[in-house]
Amino acid sequence: MSDFIKLTNVTKTYTRGKESISIFDKLTLSIPKGDFVAIMGPSGSGKTTLLNLLGGTDRCDSGEIVFDGEHIEGYSEGQLAAWRARNVGFIFQFYNLMPVLTAAQNVELPLMLTSLTSLPSQKRKDNVATALKIVDLSDRAGHKPKELSGGQQQRVAIARAIVSDPKFLLCDEPTGDLDRATANDILKTLQQLNRELGKTIIMVTHDPEAARFATRTLHLDKGQFVEVTS
Amino acid sequence: MTDFDLVWKNLFRRPLRTGLLIVSIFIAFLIFGLLVSVNVALERSSNSGTASNRLVVANKINFTQPMPIAYVNQVATIKGVTAVTHFSWFGAYYQDQTKSRFVGFAVDPATYTAIYSDQIKLGPGQREAFIKTRDGVIVGKALAEKYGWRLGQVIPISSNIYIKPDGGRALDMRVVGIFSGAKPDDPTTALYFNYEYLNESRTFGRDQIGTIGVVTASPDLNDAVAKAIDARFANSPYETATVDEKTFQRAFLKQAGDLNFIITMVVAAAFAAILMIVGTTLVSAVRERTKEIGVMKTLGFPGPRVLRMVLGESILLSGLGGGLGLGVAALMLKGLSKSAMGASFGDLSMDLSVALVGIVLALLLGLVTGLIPALSALRMNIIDALGRR
Ligand SMILES: Nc1ncnc2c1ncn2[C@@H]1O[C@H](COP(=O)(O)OP(=O)(O)OP(=O)(O)O)[C@@H](O)[C@H]1O
Ligand SMILES: [Mg+2]
Repeated sequence: MSDFIKLTNVTKTYTRGKESISIFDKLTLSIPKGDFVAIMGPSGSGKTTLLNLLGGTDRCDSGEIVFDGEHIEGYSEGQLAAWRARNVGFIFQFYNLMPVLTAAQNVELPLMLTSLTSLPSQKRKDNVATALKIVDLSDRAGHKPKELSGGQQQRVAIARAIVSDPKFLLCDEPTGDLDRATANDILKTLQQLNRELGKTIIMVTHDPEAARFATRTLHLDKGQFVEVTS
Repeated sequence: MTDFDLVWKNLFRRPLRTGLLIVSIFIAFLIFGLLVSVNVALERSSNSGTASNRLVVANKINFTQPMPIAYVNQVATIKGVTAVTHFSWFGAYYQDQTKSRFVGFAVDPATYTAIYSDQIKLGPGQREAFIKTRDGVIVGKALAEKYGWRLGQVIPISSNIYIKPDGGRALDMRVVGIFSGAKPDDPTTALYFNYEYLNESRTFGRDQIGTIGVVTASPDLNDAVAKAIDARFANSPYETATVDEKTFQRAFLKQAGDLNFIITMVVAAAFAAILMIVGTTLVSAVRERTKEIGVMKTLGFPGPRVLRMVLGESILLSGLGGGLGLGVAALMLKGLSKSAMGASFGDLSMDLSVALVGIVLALLLGLVTGLIPALSALRMNIIDALGRR
């Protein structure tokens, strides 16, 4: 299988004052297209840092990060922003919806980054409706986040992540704040996105149950993958 | 949804806070619109029809103090003086002392209408009638229209200064001319009557006048002539102060001292206050949204676009407050222009230039208050922003 995402010799160090903490030293990782990968590991092992590097919201000190043949490690801020808008859907632990916007408007947000000529406003509305339908929230389109439950908010966030049809999704503990049943709902939705729409998904989680929805699990410890289970 | 929708929603996420900010900006721009417009009107009326070779001689103490009429002939003999006249404040009113006050001067008809012919445009034969009619009066067009006075009508004009031997305050005056100003919109709310008629009927202040109008041979001579006049009367009981006409009219209209300075200070203070209030409020408002800005950037909104949205918000805020303030000021000025008090200023309505300066100020206010939060939003690092929970 061809490598869709490829990290080669990625090094990441944080400097706090005089101290410098090495998070990754020559980390190498490859993820094929259509994979659903769960990343587990103790707190502080670098899971979020890895997602930030993969999502282009943080930079590595050295090494290569390649997506579908595209090198992003040398991109400028602006190039990274445009690349994220085109390719990545983000799902956070605390949903991170805009409180002033309705569910539908939150979902529409990433579409504001595409030009009106390539995506006329009627098409935008259709895409928003489709995304909300996929997460089964069509009836809550006009609700503000504070009028929605945690699970519903997370589903709005998923709709927001998929509305611009990105190639892969990054989820940082997407069910960390939800009860078991709601979490399973969310995970099933992610699984569906992976199986039916072919989205490549990388999900950080502390929860072994959640990891079971993925096709494979990577364990991260002290900046290295120690074990791979399928 | 457009960027503007987003900006608008963010601006009004806390309606009370935004409302209070708009009110404070509104007040500052209302003050600006009113004060600056009044100042402009004063400036305009003191500039209207002013010839640069004319001087005004007044008592040195201040222009309400009198001087002897004999000074007129003495001034006429000073080198560089080509014509002289005199005029005295009458404190004129018609019927009602508080509601119908207007500008009224007792003048020497022949010389006054000759020197100020640019501001007093009379119909044919009216100047001659004014010169030879002892109780004649010429009235401004606006004033005549206001009270319905017609040529030939005898009107009682009272003084809040002078009393007749019989104790009365009104002088019966015959309307012999109705004048218009140099330009159609110049204020014509004054009247002028014969000084002799006042002098023979008053119980005090006989043979005294208020001010002398002087024409010099050339504007270049103004300073020398003014010095020569004041030197002539130095150390007399009635020392004089001679200034050019423009300066005098400004002093006359701005009896409260340097109005320009006061207005500048008041407006500056109002703006400094809102600059601080709006600036600090916007800084904290954007800081509250740190995480949301981090999310927007994560989704792929470029830094410059986020900067524009924050600036858009502050400019929209200032624009709303400033626009409302200027608009209400314009309406109030329109109302004032029609009132008795406003009429003596001439046209008080807001100048286009004042409105434009106000709009530029509102934009600047928006830019300045939005700059710090917008730059911090631009620079905001995604990881730091999302780290704050
Ligand atoms: N901005 C930063 N500056 C300095 N050190 C940082 C910064 N961000 C993360 N770290 C350090 O990097 C290490 C990895 O952090 P990271 O957030 O990736 O861990 P994690 O695996 O996601 O942990 P958790 O499971 O608690 O979310 C930690 O030791 C953390 O203290
Ligand atoms: Mg983490």
